[in-house]
Amino acid sequence: MKKSRWTLVLSLVLVLSVFLSACGGGSNNGGNSGGEGDGEGGSAEQVLNLVETAEIPSMDTTQATDNTSFKAMNQVFEGLYRLDENNEPTLGMAADEPEEEEKDGETVYTFTIRDDAKWSDGSDVVAGDFIYAWHKALNPDTISPYASMFGTAGIKNGNAIITEGDPLYGKVEELGAKAVDEKTLEITVENQVPYFKSLLTFATFYPQPEGYAEEQGDNFALEADTMLYNGPFVFAEWNHGEGWTYEKNPEYWDAETVNLEKVTTKVVQDTATTVNLYETGKIDRAGLSADFVDQFKDNEEFSTLVDPTMYFMRLNQEREELANKDIRKALYLAYDREGLVNVLLNNGSIAAKYFVPKDFVKGPDGDDFREFAPDGFYADQGEEEAKEAWEAGLEALGTDSVELEFLTTDNELAAKIAEYAKDQFETKLDGLTITINKQPWKQFLELEDSGDFDISTGGWGPDYPDPMTFLYMFETDGEYNRMGYSSEKYDELVSGAKKETDEAKRWKMMQDAEKVLMEEDIAIVPTYQKGNAILKKDYVKNFYVHSFGADSSYKWIKIEK
Amino acid sequence: MGRYIGGRIISMLITFLIIASLTFFLMKLLPGTPFNNQDKLTETQIVQLNDKYGLNDPVPVQYFNYMKNLLSGDLGVSFQQDGREVSTIIGERIGPSAYLGLQSLVVGTIIGLFLGIIAALKHNSFLDYGTMVIAVLGISIPNFVIAGLMQYWFGVKWQLLPVAYWDGFAYTIMPTVAIASIVVATIARFMRTEMLEVLGQDYITTAKAKGLSSTAVVIRHTIRNASIPIITIMGPLVVGLMTGTLVIEQIFVIPGLGEKFVNSILTNDFPIIMGTTLFFSILFIVVILLVDILYGIIDPRIRLAGGKS
Repeated sequence: MKKSRWTLVLSLVLVLSVFLSACGGGSNNGGNSGGEGDGEGGSAEQVLNLVETAEIPSMDTTQATDNTSFKAMNQVFEGLYRLDENNEPTLGMAADEPEEEEKDGETVYTFTIRDDAKWSDGSDVVAGDFIYAWHKALNPDTISPYASMFGTAGIKNGNAIITEGDPLYGKVEELGAKAVDEKTLEITVENQVPYFKSLLTFATFYPQPEGYAEEQGDNFALEADTMLYNGPFVFAEWNHGEGWTYEKNPEYWDAETVNLEKVTTKVVQDTATTVNLYETGKIDRAGLSADFVDQFKDNEEFSTLVDPTMYFMRLNQEREELANKDIRKALYLAYDREGLVNVLLNNGSIAAKYFVPKDFVKGPDGDDFREFAPDGFYADQGEEEAKEAWEAGLEALGTDSVELEFLTTDNELAAKIAEYAKDQFETKLDGLTITINKQPWKQFLELEDSGDFDISTGGWGPDYPDPMTFLYMFETDGEYNRMGYSSEKYDELVSGAKKETDEAKRWKMMQDAEKVLMEEDIAIVPTYQKGNAILKKDYVKNFYVHSFGADSSYKWIKIEK
Repeated sequence: MGRYIGGRIISMLITFLIIASLTFFLMKLLPGTPFNNQDKLTETQIVQLNDKYGLNDPVPVQYFNYMKNLLSGDLGVSFQQDGREVSTIIGERIGPSAYLGLQSLVVGTIIGLFLGIIAALKHNSFLDYGTMVIAVLGISIPNFVIAGLMQYWFGVKWQLLPVAYWDGFAYTIMPTVAIASIVVATIARFMRTEMLEVLGQDYITTAKAKGLSSTAVVIRHTIRNASIPIITIMGPLVVGLMTGTLVIEQIFVIPGLGEKFVNSILTNDFPIIMGTTLFFSILFIVVILLVDILYGIIDPRIRLAGGKS
């Protein structure tokens, strides 16, 4: 009798614990949303204390894909160039600007590597170390998720080597990059791009110590003591899941510029905890989520930064309703972006009626790309024009009601933004019903990819410092188009700009392309450009934040108390 | 007894294999890829990367390969943490979770038993009601609320305890209290109920009639007998606590296993999902066996070998 009751209790507890652990799984939403939380610390000594929101997935320069890894790599490794304070490439491992030579429509850059470029074990950084890492990134057996960067940089055969079916597929030795001697690296570019040198600051183009890496085999770069460093800092400690510590690298060629002796980084996922750590002086810089902004808005240590990351809605133009330009225009104009950025986001994000972000890249004339249309498109139109367009659209469709599905992800902020959009659209456009379809991130991508949505929320950050990193998305066959948008005029401008070598003309073509996308076709509904709210102690100086690639550089940071 | 344990071990192995297989196939139903820049990968790149990780093989082939490696003790390498061994990752994460779990368990059990016993002995008194209010609060207030409040008051306002991190005993106090709250509440309620039931048994009346002091009755007869069912809930409690509580780990920045488990599912890190699930299952299966064996030892009325009860 008793035994059977215990069995019952036991099974109940079992069931309950399974149930509870299942619930526990649901409570985590963010995932790796990028390295928003930084912090630092310090005393009179040159020590900085920071936090990150995610651990480092990989320190193998050919394998990393995420912000945290790229940021960490930027502190401990160095390519031919590195990004400076103004996001311009400044000399890194390269001793000088390269010699350039034109040959049969190709350009050959000859780089000389610094004599004092050393790995942290004192051995020389040689040209072969670059070639070794690059071949590894392109080799089908060890292929890098960022292998396409070689083609993006215009390096000869970069695209062919990773294109299955191409006669050059997998033939890494055909890459237009050669080690002429120990300190001379020759790069052949078949398609010149103005951001070539900036791209060389990206992790995929870093060198790897060939001999050492081969010796370590599978263990290479898995732990602090199974890699070598050639950047301003080295990893003194790397406790996976907990954090990592940088120390100044005495072998670094420019060690005298580096002020910091030590940087500690802990992985903290909870923003409230980050704020509490900041308030008790344990960290020197903290990223804030919207709910903390009001609390700190008037604090002297509070500031906001604008990211070149854009958020927008894809309108699936294979749907009859959304193929109608008036309907798209109505959606575009009905959405109140100010309410979104000031109330919901509240973190310095900018309301956007444009697609290529502000403060991202400057043209040949030295002006920001956005200068040609600073406030975006249809900037002076609003609710009234939205209603007019809506009526016209309904008439053309011959209906008085439209139902649309709004596809979004299941994280907390995305859900709020979706509710906001639903409210905006439904209250301003009579006869419109929006159904929100919330999906986990991976499922969201599958649905979006297969065109199974009417409206979907999207975000895009740059992969290289050029408007093209945004504009190429919506070419007719673009991998990321995903919404059936097709415009001959747009395609012509974008592919023209890809080939154009005259900078001023190319710039104009890209601006025209944006105009077609946004003004003529209203193909998407841009919503905001991302802002970040941060707290930073006053004594942290020269904390440089970058607009692409690694988020920030610690090389020049100084603690002044 | 020996035969019983032998039989149990065989059924444990079967359970384990079933869990491994089920988890494997269910996991394969998860949408998406394990690559965290999936939104920027082209179709071709996804195919190439899948090739590299052997994810293009038919699922049964992948299953066969996985089980083969598993039986030879190889849990594979993480996709998210580029090439690190799953066993290494579990190994470095289990320490803090286990420490914190056991510490909370011990603290929570002692306080819980104490409160439960007091409540039962002073049945329907102010103490009884007070204890039960604490128990209900402990169960119904989520522990992350308790954790957040403690962190703010003890950590930031009064600066008595470190806000977060994992760096010595002082750092374990707040997380322990937060986790122990639910243990206290569970055990106190359970103990009270059991005590009350035992106190009404004939043998207690007999013991009293024999002239035993009430202290002796409580200690030798009541508590001992009332404790037996506690063992039942201790099993799952031990496993639940040892394997980490995700939210508490996040709030106090403890490098434990809970976070790894949840994130592996969110990021489709297949080898980690398998590794952690199997690790938890083994722990669970073993603890349940231990609990069953303990019953037989503590309460002779339960005959594990079956037959003549």
